[in-house]
Amino acid sequence: MPLVEISNLGVAFSGVPVLHGINLKIEKGEAVGLVGESGCGKSVTWLAALGLLPGKAAVSGSVRLGEEELVGAPREKLEQVRGGRIAMIFQDPSSSLNPVLRAGRQIAEAVELHQGLAGAAARAEAIRLMDLVGIPGAARRFDNYPHEFSGGQNQRLMIAMALAGKPDLLVADEPTTALDATIQAQILDLLISLRQETGMAIVFISHDLGAVSQICERVCVMYAGRIVEQCSTEMLFRAPRHPYTRGLFDAIPRLDAGRERSIPIPGTVPQAGRMPAGCAFAPRCGYATDVCHNQVPALSGTEGRATACFNALDEMRSATASGTTKQKVEFA
Amino acid sequence: MLRFFLIRAFRAFMTIVLVVTFAFVVLRMSGDPALIIMGPEAPPEAIVAFRKAWGLDQPIWIQYLSYFTAIMGGDLGISMRDGQSAISLVLDRIPATLQLTVPALILKLAIGIPAGVYAALHRDSAADRGVMAGAVVGFTMPSFVFGLILVLVFSVTWGVLPSGGQDTWMHAILPIATMSIGGAGILARFSRSAMIEILGQPYMRTASAKGLPWRRVIWEHAFPNAAIPIVTITGFMVGTLIAGAVVVESLFSWPGIGRLLVVSVANRDLAVVQCILLMVAATMVISNFVVDILYGYLDPRLRNNQARH
Amino acid sequence: MTAANLIEAAGLVKTYVSRKGLFGTATHVRAVDGVTLSVAPSTTLGIVGESGSGKSTTGRLLLGLEAPTEGEVKFDGKPMPAIKTNAWRDLRSRMQLVFQDPLAALDRRVPIGTQVSEPLDIHAVGTEKERQDRVETLLTAVGLRRDQAGRYPHELSGGQRQRVVIARAIATNPDLLVCDEPVSALDVSIQAQVINLLRDLQEARGIAMAFISHDLKVVRNISDRVAVMYLGRIVEEAPSADIFRRPLHPYTRALVSSVPVPGTALKDRIILQGEPPNPAARPSGCAFHPRCSMATERCKAEVPAFVTVEAGRKAACHLVPAASTET
Repeated sequence: MPLVEISNLGVAFSGVPVLHGINLKIEKGEAVGLVGESGCGKSVTWLAALGLLPGKAAVSGSVRLGEEELVGAPREKLEQVRGGRIAMIFQDPSSSLNPVLRAGRQIAEAVELHQGLAGAAARAEAIRLMDLVGIPGAARRFDNYPHEFSGGQNQRLMIAMALAGKPDLLVADEPTTALDATIQAQILDLLISLRQETGMAIVFISHDLGAVSQICERVCVMYAGRIVEQCSTEMLFRAPRHPYTRGLFDAIPRLDAGRERSIPIPGTVPQAGRMPAGCAFAPRCGYATDVCHNQVPALSGTEGRATACFNALDEMRSATASGTTKQKVEFA
Repeated sequence: MLRFFLIRAFRAFMTIVLVVTFAFVVLRMSGDPALIIMGPEAPPEAIVAFRKAWGLDQPIWIQYLSYFTAIMGGDLGISMRDGQSAISLVLDRIPATLQLTVPALILKLAIGIPAGVYAALHRDSAADRGVMAGAVVGFTMPSFVFGLILVLVFSVTWGVLPSGGQDTWMHAILPIATMSIGGAGILARFSRSAMIEILGQPYMRTASAKGLPWRRVIWEHAFPNAAIPIVTITGFMVGTLIAGAVVVESLFSWPGIGRLLVVSVANRDLAVVQCILLMVAATMVISNFVVDILYGYLDPRLRNNQARH
Repeated sequence: MTAANLIEAAGLVKTYVSRKGLFGTATHVRAVDGVTLSVAPSTTLGIVGESGSGKSTTGRLLLGLEAPTEGEVKFDGKPMPAIKTNAWRDLRSRMQLVFQDPLAALDRRVPIGTQVSEPLDIHAVGTEKERQDRVETLLTAVGLRRDQAGRYPHELSGGQRQRVVIARAIATNPDLLVCDEPVSALDVSIQAQVINLLRDLQEARGIAMAFISHDLKVVRNISDRVAVMYLGRIVEEAPSADIFRRPLHPYTRALVSSVPVPGTALKDRIILQGEPPNPAARPSGCAFHPRCSMATERCKAEVPAFVTVEAGRKAACHLVPAASTET
């Protein structure tokens, strides 16, 4: 049985649908990437699963955590799942910690909730977690406030808080986007080693294909509230089949390439509520045919490789990808 | 810290100088105390004598200087009207005023903050709209209008509460109610918008995401943040504890500072007016100071650089 | 440097005074600490660095928006006039800034056409009709439609807003464009559109560009030369093609290594320990030594000079030997 099984999950804000039926399975201990641009629904999927969306959001479909159904579950039940079985960390670590509460206290709070410890024991456990995620002088810094830590350290604190409940799944929502390059690498490294040590599954939400490839075995590419491509990371980078994925690869310049022009995806992401008929990517797609403008392609294929496209690129067409030609960075 | 206090003290001093000067200018430009206090029928010699006795025959800037130096020396002067020391006249009236303003302040906080927080948590519900409509009525309606409505209902029509005087605790009910409504409305609005802003912050999502029960998310994570702007407006209300009762005291014939001020202004009784204004300025300065200290307590981000302000 | 450079900065230092502690002991923070660089027309200098590296301050110094504490900026061979003087104002039309957040750069209450026309109005360029035509030409040049001139910023997408900002920046035909993280707030599929736009404009108009970003991939793509900054100083400068393929300074190597390359496992990468230090507490010697795995005693004690290490390449590191041609 998968750890989490999301079936036909839909979300609408004040009647405007933003998530159109997501199907996604997360197995125990695996790392899955959710890739897409802002507004594609990659964060909303997990906020909806945990009941963290504001009241005006209407959630439909099903999210099963083992035997438990989370959609429409009572608040008390969700509160036990949150932080306990599924923990979540967010993009902007500095504003994700409460500015008026001591950092250590905020971690100890999670320890108290999920480990049943209190007082000095909770404090000791919080300090252990701070130490585990690489906060130097954890005991000394327990009483500091979030603004007294750097952005990278704040993300480490968030991770420590997430670990407090010994979760089965950590949902990391753009955890490195707001951080400096060298700090991004540190946080990725930390997540990888924590996964090895704890065996928890990770859902890594990011717009950065490179970062996703470091952590995840499997990737789902999302566009305008739907999963458009789903396969192993290695396959995605070798031969992306959805024209949008292909476009993303072409649009992102490569460090090991030259000064040549990158090929942008024309147009912009459609706004929720102003979705084109048919495939949401069709207006920006160079491969679109009539059917694309009239009919929504379903995600089809095997468990290992699925694409939602009427004109999915075959190996030949997609292999022209710059993704296959790589120059090695040499160090003097 | 020393720097912080010195800057504060200097600002407080300048505020008081401005208040003193302003009162002097306005009162002296707008009428002759000799004529008003002695009455229109007084013989001219008496008026001249009155002027001489109070120094009103001196050039205006000399009057100002001597007045100013006296105040700085701690001498708040004597009432022109009955010759009593101004400070004792004012101090006599303070308890009566506080009898109204302190319960009113407590009422404002007790109604305004919970109403605002409730409205924020149930945003766009009927309760929210009700609270906000009530708040708008509360702080836009002038207190004399509201006071008159209360008198009309409770004293005239139903005859259950007295309409004026200070004899029993029953007499305080209508003035306190009148005074509270505006402040409660302002606090409700402030608390609501402060809470709504905080509820939208990313750290609120973090608090929920770690599995904290909803009630604790609100009271332990949101409220301490929302308290920061609420303290500002509460501090301002504390600052008006003495001055805030002018209209209501007149309306309900309550013998407090407010009434004394009205009478003294009418008489151009400079010493008493000045004394009241100083008292008012002092409470405002002190409450501002307390608010600043509280900020540092509530918001750790301000502690490190408070000296810069 | 050759005389052909449009802008030359020599020994730029910018010190900010910051008060810490309750008794207000003033500490001087050197946000920029001796930066020398130049940009020739039709070329792009990429400036990369982490937060606190002083890259944005450097950009503002280049534009003369702030006066350097020490050092000098020469624009078109002449020293930058003092801020707020008439000569300085006249220069504004020749150099423009594009920064990260287009929504903050635009006035929400004014239609975009009016905002693009603003610099033309300020510098009184042409007649009103001519200006109106020019606005339409500019909007078309940045890939917007003429009829969008009446739109308000909130009616546009993030990428379109950044186009408006760029249209306004090039309205006066500037010779120098300083772009401070111009695409960082944009979606990846849009970034390439804006980058290509900047590149086309540069080719068509011969603009000299300083492109400040933390995104190495974007900098690699648009720059001719790249300067890497660390704690207020340039630690390495080289042609874009060389610096990312063969970084010399240990910090540049770590930066290059920190960019995830698909197919490369993280464990093969250099992961720097620690955080970028606070400019107020600059480490002794080479500021990078506490995070450098190769640091020696010399690095702790002695500030490395920024010297030519190969033809067209400069670095400030004791471990990278100076070129023998260096005089």
